[in-house]
Amino acid sequence: MENFNYHRPATTAAAVAMLKKAKDGKYMAGGHTLLPTMKQGLAAPTDIVDLTAIKDFSGIKVSKTAVSIKAGTTHMEVATSKDIKKVIPALWEMAGKIGGVHVRNKGTIGGSIANADPAADYPSACLGLGATIETNKRKIEADKFFTGMFETALKDGEIITAVHFPIPKKSAHQKFPNPASRYALTGVFMSQDAKGKVRVGVTGAAASAFRATDLEAALSKDFSAKAIAGVKIKPNGLLTDMHATAAYRAHLISVLAGRAVAAAK
Amino acid sequence: MADTNTGVGASVRRKEDLRFITGKGNYTDDINLKDQTYAYFLRSPHAHATIKSINTAKAKKMPGVVGIFVGEDVAKDKLGGLICGWGITSKDGSGMKAGPHPVLAQGKVRYVGDHVAVVIAETKEQAKSAAQAIVVSYGVLPHVIDAAKAMKSKAQVHEVASDNRVFNWSLGNEEATNAAFKNAAHVTSMDIVNNRLVPNAMETRAAIGSYENGTESYTLYTTSQNPHVARLVISAFHGLAPEHKLRVIAPDVGGGFGSKIFIYAEEVVCAWASKHIGGRPIKWTGDRSEAFLADAHGRDHVTKAEMAIDASGKITGMRVHTIAAMGAYLSTFSAAVPTYLYGTLLSGQYNIPNIYVEVDAVYTNTAPVDAYRGAGRPEATYVVERLVETAARELKQDPAEFRRKNFVTSFPHQTPVIMCYDTGDYAAALDKALEMSDYKNFSKRKAESAKNGKLRGVGFSAYIEACGIAPSAAVGSLGAGVGLWESAEVRVNPIGTVEILTGSHSHGQGHETTFAQLVSTKLGVDINSVSIVHGDTDKVQMGMGTYGSRSGAVGMHAISKALDKIEAKAKRVAAACMESSVDDIEFKDGTFTVKGTDKKMAFGEVALQAYLGHKFNTSEIEIGLKESAFHDPANFVFPAGVHICEVEVDMDTGLTKVADYTAVDDFGNLINPMIVEGQVQGGVAQGIGQALLEGAIYDEDSGQLLTGSFMDYNMPRAANMPHIENFRLGFTCTPCPTNPMGIKGCGEAGAIAAPPAVMNAITDAIGVRDLPMPATPLTVWTAMQSMKKAAE
Ligand SMILES: Cc1cc2nc3c(=O)[nH]c(=O)nc-3n(C[C@H](O)[C@H](O)[C@H](O)COP(=O)(O)OP(=O)(O)OC[C@H]3O[C@@H](n4cnc5c(N)ncnc54)[C@H](O)[C@@H]3O)c2cc1C
Repeated sequence: MENFNYHRPATTAAAVAMLKKAKDGKYMAGGHTLLPTMKQGLAAPTDIVDLTAIKDFSGIKVSKTAVSIKAGTTHMEVATSKDIKKVIPALWEMAGKIGGVHVRNKGTIGGSIANADPAADYPSACLGLGATIETNKRKIEADKFFTGMFETALKDGEIITAVHFPIPKKSAHQKFPNPASRYALTGVFMSQDAKGKVRVGVTGAAASAFRATDLEAALSKDFSAKAIAGVKIKPNGLLTDMHATAAYRAHLISVLAGRAVAAAK
Repeated sequence: MADTNTGVGASVRRKEDLRFITGKGNYTDDINLKDQTYAYFLRSPHAHATIKSINTAKAKKMPGVVGIFVGEDVAKDKLGGLICGWGITSKDGSGMKAGPHPVLAQGKVRYVGDHVAVVIAETKEQAKSAAQAIVVSYGVLPHVIDAAKAMKSKAQVHEVASDNRVFNWSLGNEEATNAAFKNAAHVTSMDIVNNRLVPNAMETRAAIGSYENGTESYTLYTTSQNPHVARLVISAFHGLAPEHKLRVIAPDVGGGFGSKIFIYAEEVVCAWASKHIGGRPIKWTGDRSEAFLADAHGRDHVTKAEMAIDASGKITGMRVHTIAAMGAYLSTFSAAVPTYLYGTLLSGQYNIPNIYVEVDAVYTNTAPVDAYRGAGRPEATYVVERLVETAARELKQDPAEFRRKNFVTSFPHQTPVIMCYDTGDYAAALDKALEMSDYKNFSKRKAESAKNGKLRGVGFSAYIEACGIAPSAAVGSLGAGVGLWESAEVRVNPIGTVEILTGSHSHGQGHETTFAQLVSTKLGVDINSVSIVHGDTDKVQMGMGTYGSRSGAVGMHAISKALDKIEAKAKRVAAACMESSVDDIEFKDGTFTVKGTDKKMAFGEVALQAYLGHKFNTSEIEIGLKESAFHDPANFVFPAGVHICEVEVDMDTGLTKVADYTAVDDFGNLINPMIVEGQVQGGVAQGIGQALLEGAIYDEDSGQLLTGSFMDYNMPRAANMPHIENFRLGFTCTPCPTNPMGIKGCGEAGAIAAPPAVMNAITDAIGVRDLPMPATPLTVWTAMQSMKKAAE
């Protein structure tokens, strides 16, 4: 790892200013994606702007209609929130399946979403629940946020401050872990709102998390495993690597979606 | 032998564990010497390339840099290259084609991770930064990754081997075996791949080399399983210094699994370079990425194997052809692994009159391959047990009964492939395993699993292995460059405490406990009055180290011999002290008594008298109580057993879980059953790892190691193991006749037995015949898909 300057601002505005001043600066939240890449020499920022000392940067608020999670909230905080468990049990469950204890104690929702790893779990929850991502500048719908592999709609220097998840009628999360890394080899996050409209967020299968619209259409009509038994997921555009072929990932989407329907609550 | 609560046979808690689990171990990286510098190795980014030039000018000026060395410097200093200590002769009588293996590449790199230069600096980070400033101009050459393609590849790894073939070795009677196949009623033929593995001991390799100007001598701290062998090789072949001017210390070592037997470039370079930077010590600690790239890997065999069976269901012959990858260079013991540790075990537990095996060892542009937990025997067992199981299925016979019908039942048994099995009772282990696993109710469990969408299968592995390596003259005649005896010295202190100096090396095996248990039983002293000294060539005169499950059968045998001498000497002292004849002295439970009297002396008292010399004639009895012994084993020892595995395969995803595992092993007598159980559990975990999870994959096109970290290389975790309630261990016992303890070896059995048991279970579950390891979800699902397609 190369040497870097370390900053720990107390406000979002100060953080933005520090990053702007830096030659090649990076925000850091939990550091559990950023630091490993620096150790491997894949990133060598001149300045690290640590966001975790910003006032009110973490916390969970549950209203009648939405769960709002501040960007600096750790996976562990979500995974142990009784309030979230009550209203969106699938989100609570999903957070508990991210990495191991150390990762959950440090990694944050903001960092996960900003990083947009194609195999990360939160992106599927954002899409599957129709979340809104709030930054220091604006609000972005999840559908418009994940734009590619490790790419998002965030502009230079923009900071995620919170993620708002509407509370659905039912939800479910199914993850088929990569046997080695335990990230999602393929993961499906599904929700059904009060009107019966279904959203299906898929992660791990393509360059970026996406919505499985064919499944959504079928399930919005009839929320049953039978309804999607005939929906064929096409492997085109899905990833092939040593752990899974595109065809296998396509198959997993179907299997996991079927299991999600059965598990939804 | 007496069965006390801390003696032989007792499940004593490991004496060393408190130290290790409270962070008080003393590993190589924990050691820091005065004025120490740090080394970083610049490694080849290419699988195969010429080195056109290396420019270190800019790097040398970087902050903190103390020295930079490349292959040319090593050559100039006439530092010898790494060697393979076992020579194999080809079928046609020609010698092994060993290419040069300089400690820093000279003119050519041959795998990704090959050592190009070493940078020595004040800090690790400075060394690494400077290494990045070295400019190397490479001329990229074609490379070959796949062992099966090596002999036909246009890439040529070494000049000496035009077809990349190191040797073409054979064992057994080809003609007789061919005849057996001609007359066979049934032939089972399989293509079998044994996947390449990365050992991944918990502690990565490390070394500190230090040259002392005053005495012109070197000290090398290193993560070695056999420091004396390291000293011998570095002295005799690298020519660094004569043995009395080179001290090698292998302090606490955090696991090896074979990968720390070998002499590696890094440790030699650290010692050598220390002299060239004015004698400042040089420390190198490998990181996990380097371990993946540059530790010797294991396995990597491509095999065609056939079994001939007569009309009565008896196996009459086996014919095996294996291509074994050696990697880019011949590592220290590599040549022995796919030959004398492999071909000699192809008879398994069976009476097979005709066996013929041929092995082509080939160079590939990958990390060198050498011994890894089991070394050759897992590969042999995998071939035999996959064949036997498949043959039984093809013949519609119960795989347990088909095995039983072919078991060797009388001993000693001479196989057609060198080994002479001394003792065993294979049917006893089979019966016990069948009972413990409740085999007769398997179909009920299968039906239960089916209700949950799971395909359940059962697989057997009736393994045998040869360890306690090995009779020196025998291995010498087969090409070994060393003898495989062991040494021991017993020093009894004046107050009766005991120090055991042993050439065995403990790196997880628990020698501090088990060796002390032997002393406790033989001398009647408390195990806490015994210390085990090992791993330092200045303390222990000579030894051959720990691998091949040899430290019990060979290492303890040497200790036992030395203890016998101690007893004999102590009896003479006791006799003099108690004014009786030596013949009347009896020794039991730590007390010397005079037959027919009430005279007695405790062991400690006799020890004190031995050093006082007040009560005996010192011209007849020498002062002191210290004895040593060398022991050369009369034969290998032959642990064997039956493992039965049940798996559940998820029909939807192919995800396979080991639902149930039964291991019944015959290790002869057990010194410490708890440690033995731990060895079996750990070995089985590694075997399950090989079968379900692990596999080193190099990209064919780029030659890069794709599985270069735990993000892609799947090490077994607790969750991959069967639940402890479904992981049953049992033992049968036929004591080994060639050592007084009656023990065999237990360190590798699990890793040897488990892979075929697991794969036989999966193939049973999903109904395929052939399936490659590791049986990942993708692999199993793909196999199920192609069966579905074939059925349509
Ligand atoms: C061993 C291991 C296993 C893991 N397993 C999983 C898994 O199973 N599933 C999974 O989803 N993830 C997994 N992760 C990733 C983990 O969840 C990360 O912590 C997370 O992806 C990033 O969060 P972080 O807070 O650590 O971000 P950091 O590493 O601090 O930052 C990541 C990136 O996001 C940027 N960033 C951080 N916060 C903000 C913000 N508020 N606004 C704008 N940009 C920001 C940073 O500049 C950086 O580029 C694993 C990680 C490890 C090390």
